[in-house]
Amino acid sequence: MSSPAGASPTGQGPVPAASLSGSCAMSASDIAAGVRSGELSALGVLEEHLSQVERWEPEVHAFNLVTADAARARAREVDAMVAKGKDPGPLAGVPVALKDLLCTRGVPTTCSSRILAGWRPPYDATVVKKVAEAGAVAVGKANMDEFAMGSSTEHSATGPTRNPHDLKRVPGGSSGGSAAAVAAGFSALALGSDTGGSIRQPAALCGVVGVKPTYGLVSRYGLVAFASSLDQIGPFGRSVADAALALDVISGHDELDSTSLPGDPPRAASRLGRGVEGLRVGVIAELAGAEGISPDVAAALDGAAQSLAASGAKVEEISVPSVRFGLSAYYMIAPAEASSNLARYDGVRYGFRSPGQDITEMYMATRSVGFGAEVKRRIMLGTYALSAGYYDAYYGKAQKVRTLIIRDFDSAYSSFDVLLAPTSPTVAFELGAKTADPLAMYLSDVCTIPSNLAGHPAMSVPFGKGECGLPIGVQVLAPALGEPVMFQVAEALEAAAPLGTGDPHGEEAK
Amino acid sequence: MSGPTDGAARDAGRGADWEMVIGLEVHCELRTATKLFCGCPNSFGDEPNVNVCPVCLGLPGSLPVLNKQAVEFALRIGAALHSLAQSSIFHRKNYFYPDMPKDFQISQYDVPINAGGWLELPSGKRIGIVRAHIEEDTGKTTHVGGGGRIHDAGYSLVDYNRAGVPLVEIVSEPDISSAEEAREYVEELRAILVATGASDGKMEEGSLRVDCNVSVKPLGSEELGTRCEIKNMNSLRSLGRAIAYEAARQAEVLSAGGRVTQETRHWDEAEGRTHSMRSKEEAFDYRYFPEPDLVTLAPSKEWVESVKANLGTMPAQLRRRVADAAGVPASSEAVSTVVRLGLEGLVGAAVDAKADAGLALRRLANEVAGELGDGGGHNLGREAFAHLVLMEQRGELTSAQARSVLKIMVAEGGQPEEVASRLGFKALGAGALEAVVEEVVAANPREWERYAGGDDKLTGFFIGKIKAATGGNADLKAASELLRSRRGAS
Ligand SMILES: [Zn+2]
Repeated sequence: MSSPAGASPTGQGPVPAASLSGSCAMSASDIAAGVRSGELSALGVLEEHLSQVERWEPEVHAFNLVTADAARARAREVDAMVAKGKDPGPLAGVPVALKDLLCTRGVPTTCSSRILAGWRPPYDATVVKKVAEAGAVAVGKANMDEFAMGSSTEHSATGPTRNPHDLKRVPGGSSGGSAAAVAAGFSALALGSDTGGSIRQPAALCGVVGVKPTYGLVSRYGLVAFASSLDQIGPFGRSVADAALALDVISGHDELDSTSLPGDPPRAASRLGRGVEGLRVGVIAELAGAEGISPDVAAALDGAAQSLAASGAKVEEISVPSVRFGLSAYYMIAPAEASSNLARYDGVRYGFRSPGQDITEMYMATRSVGFGAEVKRRIMLGTYALSAGYYDAYYGKAQKVRTLIIRDFDSAYSSFDVLLAPTSPTVAFELGAKTADPLAMYLSDVCTIPSNLAGHPAMSVPFGKGECGLPIGVQVLAPALGEPVMFQVAEALEAAAPLGTGDPHGEEAK
Repeated sequence: MSGPTDGAARDAGRGADWEMVIGLEVHCELRTATKLFCGCPNSFGDEPNVNVCPVCLGLPGSLPVLNKQAVEFALRIGAALHSLAQSSIFHRKNYFYPDMPKDFQISQYDVPINAGGWLELPSGKRIGIVRAHIEEDTGKTTHVGGGGRIHDAGYSLVDYNRAGVPLVEIVSEPDISSAEEAREYVEELRAILVATGASDGKMEEGSLRVDCNVSVKPLGSEELGTRCEIKNMNSLRSLGRAIAYEAARQAEVLSAGGRVTQETRHWDEAEGRTHSMRSKEEAFDYRYFPEPDLVTLAPSKEWVESVKANLGTMPAQLRRRVADAAGVPASSEAVSTVVRLGLEGLVGAAVDAKADAGLALRRLANEVAGELGDGGGHNLGREAFAHLVLMEQRGELTSAQARSVLKIMVAEGGQPEEVASRLGFKALGAGALEAVVEEVVAANPREWERYAGGDDKLTGFFIGKIKAATGGNADLKAASELLRSRRGAS
């Protein structure tokens, strides 16, 4: 196990929590295979992960709640199934972290907000059911930016999550707890949600794989909504294959979600191991050269493109002009939907209530105290954007941008199988660096937002190290339901990634 | 602003100087087994908060799934109102109120499932329909203490059993021009909604709720006045009263040189007046936007056609059938009464038995309707009723006797011969009556001489004698006919 917190070998801070051993260093598929064959016990795997949590969670704060007892009970069930000759499923005994906006029956679900204090959902989200039915063991509810609004997991009522690679830095967000849990070996897999980059950006900053699937591929039932037309649940893993394994467990039609796609979902793992010979890869010029992309990120993207070309892909630069308007459109649409989705937190039925003389006072007091500053900022933005007289100029126009982006992507995909872009403009930044400047924070998502607006899949794959030895992620984008080819390319990038990509002491490896 | 207090002012609304312009919004609860977006039972009168789930409670993470039966009912209503069924979407109507679990209502807004259409009143007048769209109902609040309104209540109770119950809102054009016509419109619409199977039509249980837009304008003017929306009328009677009151109030304001403020007003049944609801809770900007959790509702052509093909007979068609059978105008009151009470089948029975359909219609619209009042069942058999009409027609029973027999048959059922004999009514054929007349004339020669000489005052004398001689079984109309023709011949 890692040495205690102290001076790091590089002088950048404590020894990184992302230094793993035992089953905490194993892939989800190896754990599942071991548990299914009886070589590993689910309980044993869990205990190793809980020790890692015990050792590092006080530093990292990846979780709002660690459900150790329930996890042990579940792990014993999985072991009992194996003992009886039953197959617990493809995620047998795999520890999983759940972002704290996925409803878990009887287990507090807070969205890292005061306003949901004490609320226990009476039902499980569809994805929570699916991973449980596949044999996974949920270890806890992962920290996040309040209601998924943020890019650093600093906007949390329970305090920030820290990056396991450097505890002075943010893990990204909003699914920062999920990304950190996987990077720190607290769980082999995690589920998060991605509305404008909330899976991919923290995956990049924490050096793990993070996937935003096609809109409608994974049921949103039981995902506490931020912006319904953009939200999509997706997995984190330490490898492309693990992420594919997890995605194939959670995808599929759900009659409880009207926007869930009908029919059989594409299998994310179906094209793994095929290489990229002959695939056409376009590097999005507008994002590769976007203002604010740091040189180390730009260099990693170049390296990624070259490695694919070297593996036989045809790589070219391609222009997708309308992505430049993505950020502006997003900050109309997402807050507008959020202003409506978050109206129900009014103190009447559940969660936090602050008393008042009459109902209006009670509403105002409850929402003023219950929500954090970033959430209130977005509710105000969204309320304004939907107001009578402004709708067409703001919300209506933003929807037109969305149509343009889809059209531009469609045209790009007529010549390319996948597209490449940076995930985050920079490596992980220090805590507090952007909290005073919301606009600077919003720019963290400039490269990830277009896929949400289009409803297309995209994923971040670790590719090399940047400033201070911190992980860099490269983003692979694909057309709707193009997950198989997206994973195919991601796997090639993973294989071609520079030495030390997966090593928390990457600085030394250079 | 104070309302009118005397009859004269109230009359101003319907007086010669002003005319009313009225549009109605009718909310109809659909008789689906389950709610609009979840599987909870759609039922009235249960213990509070038992028919609820994460979806209709708007719990975080829950999502709506549209009920197909509700769409079917909406399509039926649209077909019955001659609307165009179209590809439609849902919007969110955002406002804070504790009876709305999500603090927004899912409703169709600018692209409703049924667009346009019309409804034909029994009078034959057509009222335009703007739209008939689907939306979810809210829960029910009870404000305890204070003035019964939320801001001054001691506490409030909320029942979410009704939250998410499917509604269709039917919006009329402002084509209605009197309180009476508004009532006719609602009655006709209710009959249509019941005939489609979409609604139980129970206004008293709130399954039919009416809001009303009223304005007045100078008689003959083309320009519409400023309208007020009136809410909280829970019977046809209060609808009529509220409209009459409101129109009179507006006429009084305008006559005094004032201006009508566009606002929502609350009908107070006890006080018999409307109140302004001006308050902070009224200053809403609903911030409508398309509901992102639902997809476009585009019923297939086949579905729409099959709804049209399987739509039952609507009241206007029934009226036409009854009117044709009875040989009276479809707009006649007897026809609309008979159809309103669902008695048209008995007219059909008379037609089938080759009885006088006109006589059958009159008996149904008068005697039977009188017995039934505003509702309730009857025990009339089709053939028994037709037979009774035949008996009266043939003079086997006098009309007074037939009416007595009919009343008993309405209440108890039975065959007309059996009921008549139970009442001691003898069949008195035309020949028998003639014989009685001859007897009476022969017994009273002096009176006959005077009557034959033109003294009509003696008609009553002879009728009285005939009545006595027949034990009340004579058809007195036929008797006076006989007397008159005997005088003419003498
Ligand atoms: Zn329900």
